[in-house]
Amino acid sequence: MIPAPGEFVLLIPEIFVLSMACLILVLDLFLRDNERVISYWLAQISLGFVAVITLALNDGQTHLVFHGTYIADPMAAALKVSIYLVTALAFLYSRHYLYERGLFKGEYYVLGLFAMLGMMVMVSAHSLLTIYLGLELLSLSLYAMVAFNRDAYPCTEAAMKYFVLGALASGMLLYGMSMLYGLSGSLDIELIAQALGGKAPSAPLIFTTTFIVVGLAFKLGAVPFHMWVPDVYQGAPTPVTQFIGSASKIAAFAMVMRLLSESIGSLQPQWGDMLAVLAVLSLAIGNVVAIAQTNLKRMLAYSTISHIGFLLLGILSGTQQGYAAAMFYVITYALMAAGAFGMIILLSRAGFEADEISDFKGLNQRNSWFAFMMLILMFSMAGVPPTVGFYAKLAVLQAVIGVDMLWLAAVAVFFSVIGAFYYIRMVKVMYFDQAEDDTPLAAHFDLRFGLSANALAILLLGLFPGSLMSLCRQVFGN
Amino acid sequence: MSFEKLVFYTFAAILVYAATRVITVRNPVHAALHLVLAFFTSAALWLLLEAEFLAITLVLVYVGAVMVLFLFVVMMLDINLVSLKEGFMRYLPVGLGVAALMLIEMILVVRSKAFDAASMPVPVRHAADYSNTRELGGVLYTDYVYPFEIASVILVVAIIAAIALTLRKRGESKTQNPAEQVKVRREDRVRLVKMATEQPERADSGEHS
Repeated sequence: MIPAPGEFVLLIPEIFVLSMACLILVLDLFLRDNERVISYWLAQISLGFVAVITLALNDGQTHLVFHGTYIADPMAAALKVSIYLVTALAFLYSRHYLYERGLFKGEYYVLGLFAMLGMMVMVSAHSLLTIYLGLELLSLSLYAMVAFNRDAYPCTEAAMKYFVLGALASGMLLYGMSMLYGLSGSLDIELIAQALGGKAPSAPLIFTTTFIVVGLAFKLGAVPFHMWVPDVYQGAPTPVTQFIGSASKIAAFAMVMRLLSESIGSLQPQWGDMLAVLAVLSLAIGNVVAIAQTNLKRMLAYSTISHIGFLLLGILSGTQQGYAAAMFYVITYALMAAGAFGMIILLSRAGFEADEISDFKGLNQRNSWFAFMMLILMFSMAGVPPTVGFYAKLAVLQAVIGVDMLWLAAVAVFFSVIGAFYYIRMVKVMYFDQAEDDTPLAAHFDLRFGLSANALAILLLGLFPGSLMSLCRQVFGN
Repeated sequence: MSFEKLVFYTFAAILVYAATRVITVRNPVHAALHLVLAFFTSAALWLLLEAEFLAITLVLVYVGAVMVLFLFVVMMLDINLVSLKEGFMRYLPVGLGVAALMLIEMILVVRSKAFDAASMPVPVRHAADYSNTRELGGVLYTDYVYPFEIASVILVVAIIAAIALTLRKRGESKTQNPAEQVKVRREDRVRLVKMATEQPERADSGEHS
């Protein structure tokens, strides 16, 4: 069946991003090095336009087009717009960082746009085929971005580790998908759900679920499949780390939702238990090991692992309330992570990465405004009210208690309290330690502005969480 | 045993042998050639499944293009086999453990009721004029046009990534400018020097005293 012209209308955001990425790729060839900033601005402008297009096309209904391989629903629209926002932040923070290190090239933004296109495909995927292809498009662009500073040894090492483990995870996921196809006879998410709906969980179905959960856990970085996270976060250039740690988590959430909740939702008791094990381990290992870190990027990597634990808690509850809480959590976490890595970029300069915790000593004496911004970000990650991190954790815990898993909520709270130690240690280092480095912060206006807006948004969302929360609830129909 | 089964088991046996040799032979060129054999035999199995188009594509693309290129690369690279084999014995127990686990799982899954012959639809035999190529083309460019396009975007990203990570503009690299080469005049290259003819040295002077 040839797709009707009307079906392409829903695809306009993807087509637009692809066209802009190709346009920038070709245009960049004709730019001299001092005009390279045009590529950057074009990338930013296309992010703005695609947000407008996505919002204009969203009518609150669910549309299935292209033989059921593409879905346009409110969840996809909401997640896509948050991905654009976080990607725009990642591009904004990267500009001067890359420029000062001689890495400011058009390919960085082209690869970034392609990675974002992969995320959009994942968010809107309604078939095992499109989920996998979107994931590969995202991963392939990210591998190249991690290795972007190709002459630096840590970068290439991180890229190699990311590539090998990413390939292994894809293999696991594909194996699970192939069994799912064999058992249900379809690649379409909805048809799989229908085919498996009435069946009792049999051994092949459990194996299928196991492989899919393991593949997803690898991609999310949940314990015990987290080994790559600290190395990749530390080795990659900071803007790339920020991009991986923020925007791609939103896409990963969408992938988990489409694969687990929408296709094998009938097996929720089985994958719920698997996710519970992953969540508890992630919370424990993530929070405890983060205490021992002296490198801030590594510490934030372990903090990501613990946040992934919280995200899984929301999903494993299997209720609409839990999904909404997990969506709220992942969007706000992406903003927090963007801000925290942005602070490292702000403090760094050519030849100095500022990624050790000791580099933040006495930040209050050097610049009290940005010390305060970092304080907001750290408090939000720790879950201190009135920042948004508190509401995100609260919503997830409510969802977990809502399905009578009190012990799980207790474990989550226990490890959050342990985790609060290393976030508050950052605050102590900034406010009570003597500065070793008196260089005033020499950051450009756009970076300062973006970072301040980012951190203040965390505070503002914490004071008024209602609108985002109601949007997340609306997406899941309650 | 029917003829079809005989053909299947013959090719399947060769396939398993070739695939095992790919990872066990020492010489990388031999490994690549065994991979070619594995591709050929799997193409034969696909022919048995009436997937002629895919079988021919496998031979044309993988054997004809990819593996030939691969052979060239293997021959040009100076691969140190000793360093590659380092740690093989150390990781062997872990590898064997994982492989055994996967094997047990695969047996459990494949032998389960969901995959036995009774619960699978019987494949339909097609007439001689049934075109496999047409059917594939029909769904590839209509029903699956969206995944097809994403796959092409992935290939574009692979090209961009490969070039971005390897292209280096070096100042000392020497390039030719054909326009300048064409414009060259005799005076730029050859300098004629007028010299007085020299007296040839005497053959017996200073030699073998």
